[in-house]
Amino acid sequence: MLELEGVAHRFGRLGPLDLRVAEGETLAVLGPSGAGKTTLLRLLLGLLAPDRGVVRFRGEDVRALEPAALRRRIGYVVQGGGLFPHLTAGQNVTLVARWLRWPEQRIARRLDELLHLARLPEVALQQYPAQLSGGQAQRVGLLRALMLDPEVLLLDEPLGALDPVTRFDLQGDLRTAFEQLRKTVVLVTHDLGEAAFFAHRIALLHEGRIAQEGTFEELARAPADPYVARFIHAQRAPLERLR
Amino acid sequence: MILALLAVVQIGSKAFTESVIVAEMAAQLARSAGVETVHRRELGGSRILWEALLRREIDSYPEYTGTLAQELLPGRGDLRERVAAKGVVMSRSLGFSDSYAIGMQRRTAERLGIRTLEDLARHPEVRLGFSNEFMDRKDGWPALRAAYRLPQRNVRGLEHDVAVRALAGGAIDATDLYTTDAEIAAYDLVALEDVRRFFPDYEAVLLWRNDLPADAAAALRRLEGRISAREMIEMNARVKLRREPEAVVAADFLASALGVRGAARIEGRARRIAARTVEHLELVALSLAAAMIVAVPLGIAAARRPRAGQLLLGVVGLVQTIPSLALLVFMIPLLGIGARPAIAALFLYSLLPIVRNTAAGLSGIPPEIRDSAEALGLPRLARLRLIELPIASPSILAGIQTAAVIDVGTATLGALIGAGGYGQPILTGIRLADLGLILEGAVPAAVLALLAQALFELLGRAVVPRGLRL
Ligand SMILES: Nc1ncnc2c1ncn2[C@@H]1O[C@H](COP(=O)(O)OP(=O)(O)O)[C@@H](O)[C@H]1O
Ligand SMILES: [Mg+2]
Repeated sequence: MLELEGVAHRFGRLGPLDLRVAEGETLAVLGPSGAGKTTLLRLLLGLLAPDRGVVRFRGEDVRALEPAALRRRIGYVVQGGGLFPHLTAGQNVTLVARWLRWPEQRIARRLDELLHLARLPEVALQQYPAQLSGGQAQRVGLLRALMLDPEVLLLDEPLGALDPVTRFDLQGDLRTAFEQLRKTVVLVTHDLGEAAFFAHRIALLHEGRIAQEGTFEELARAPADPYVARFIHAQRAPLERLR
Repeated sequence: MILALLAVVQIGSKAFTESVIVAEMAAQLARSAGVETVHRRELGGSRILWEALLRREIDSYPEYTGTLAQELLPGRGDLRERVAAKGVVMSRSLGFSDSYAIGMQRRTAERLGIRTLEDLARHPEVRLGFSNEFMDRKDGWPALRAAYRLPQRNVRGLEHDVAVRALAGGAIDATDLYTTDAEIAAYDLVALEDVRRFFPDYEAVLLWRNDLPADAAAALRRLEGRISAREMIEMNARVKLRREPEAVVAADFLASALGVRGAARIEGRARRIAARTVEHLELVALSLAAAMIVAVPLGIAAARRPRAGQLLLGVVGLVQTIPSLALLVFMIPLLGIGARPAIAALFLYSLLPIVRNTAAGLSGIPPEIRDSAEALGLPRLARLRLIELPIASPSILAGIQTAAVIDVGTATLGALIGAGGYGQPILTGIRLADLGLILEGAVPAAVLALLAQALFELLGRAVVPRGLRL
């Protein structure tokens, strides 16, 4: 579905790396901040052009695709939600559909489905981003990304800045949503537990390279190098210390 | 309004009392002969009026033969023919000569024993202050200094009427006077004798374009030989010392000397302020509208290409550093006098705040907002219209507000080049030392600046999206 082959980007200090995401799969891209996770997502969307290598969407070089059309087939939730502050939540979500002149009925129907899916109260749609809580803002960002029913969903640290309780609720809701949607998902996080909770597969990114790729169990059982071992240990240790 | 002026005979005057009175007489005479005439007052110095006449921006104005011969058309041959070669008719002398003279307070002159310009050369300590025009003219201070080998080096340039008051008040010891100045008698000044006959004759004449309608030209000729020096001094005194309106003084003279019932147009204060307000608003609104149309796209371009943007901001910033008066004067050769050059200068001044704020507002949009917009698959123009410009709107509006307030203030200088507006009463007020007149321009200008400020606050509420004001 998505494929990076020998991709490198100099400013994003990324690569060269190879990565494949299969259709319907949820891949977690895990790594410390500055590892190049956001850069990776931007390359997938064509917001950045790689200095070297090829990015493919369904087997086609993304450079050959019309950028706007490609992006409408991919939903992207930036770090922090990236809601447009001058529009209400509802306007944020429906902006592109309206620009594409969807009929009102179709917009209303789609909104209804999405509100259920993301468990967002309808009144929240009347609010401006500044009036939303962090959790609500993330849910609105997700709705906006899903509005056109894209084939792929990219999420950049969707739970990053939330308090633990909100985070816990949203984690559950997100996983349910992914299961219902059966979409290809790339989820960026620096949290090992989150990666394990959501993803079929994890790609651990370190200084712009993929240090290891595999299931949580594979990474935990057989770390490919000392960095992977340390990363996993560092995130599990606090809980184990309690025992 | 500019168009309406073109259909009628326009008589200009220089920015000093005598010129205003004579031009007012000419205007009233033409009007009494049935020619629709306007008097465009206090347009500036000799060169501005002369150029305006050649460019057909005015049809007539009062001039002096000495100024023509020395300054405007230096050369040999008959002056009247040299003038005619430019398509201009010169009247016969109006009857008086208004020569330059160097004047001092009688007390000071007697104490120092100065009677002639030669005596002045022995007193380097004498503080000189000259009218700005005299400082620059070829037949002015530089030539006078050479002719009499005057040693004074510390010489100040002032506005003529201010210079005379400074002399009377003792802030300077000598200045250039016109021999018909009312202040000579009133302030007990003496004109130093020009023993080497440095100053040429300055016979007062009227100039008009040779295509002026015959009835208008005939009306103007009626002033030839009719005004004596004594009468001119008296009229100058009535205006400058007794604060009578020029139009009234001119009308009285026409009635007594020519038996013409002058059509003096004396406007009440309210009418006057209303007319100035219309002119001022025209200057501000047109320049601001043009600046918005040009500067917002420039700001967008500057935000998109930061390098070129820096260069662009540098260039429009450079315009801002040109003193407003200089910029106005630069505009005259390009656009003549009146509202057009003033609007052009104000337009240039308005660019910087709008370009800068547009660019800053756009580049200040957080990268994740940009990425989101781009990732949604909106094309560039749609992103600009639906997302970037609305988010930058508070900044853009603030830039326009700044430009508007600057414009309202700077537009008062427009009067110096014949653009009218609130600067007109200020200019006249300075000339006549009339605080009331100065305030008549300054107060409405200040009020208008505040109103502009308030208007943009309101506009902000209407234009800036609600979500940005939370
Ligand atoms: N526009 C840019 N210009 C220069 N360096 C950048 C730019 N964007 C990101 N970087 C650098 O690229 C590296 C990876 O950044 P990023 O992909 O944002 O990391 P992550 O999302 O994993 O925290 C970092 O070292 C960052 O400083
Ligand atoms: Mg990041």
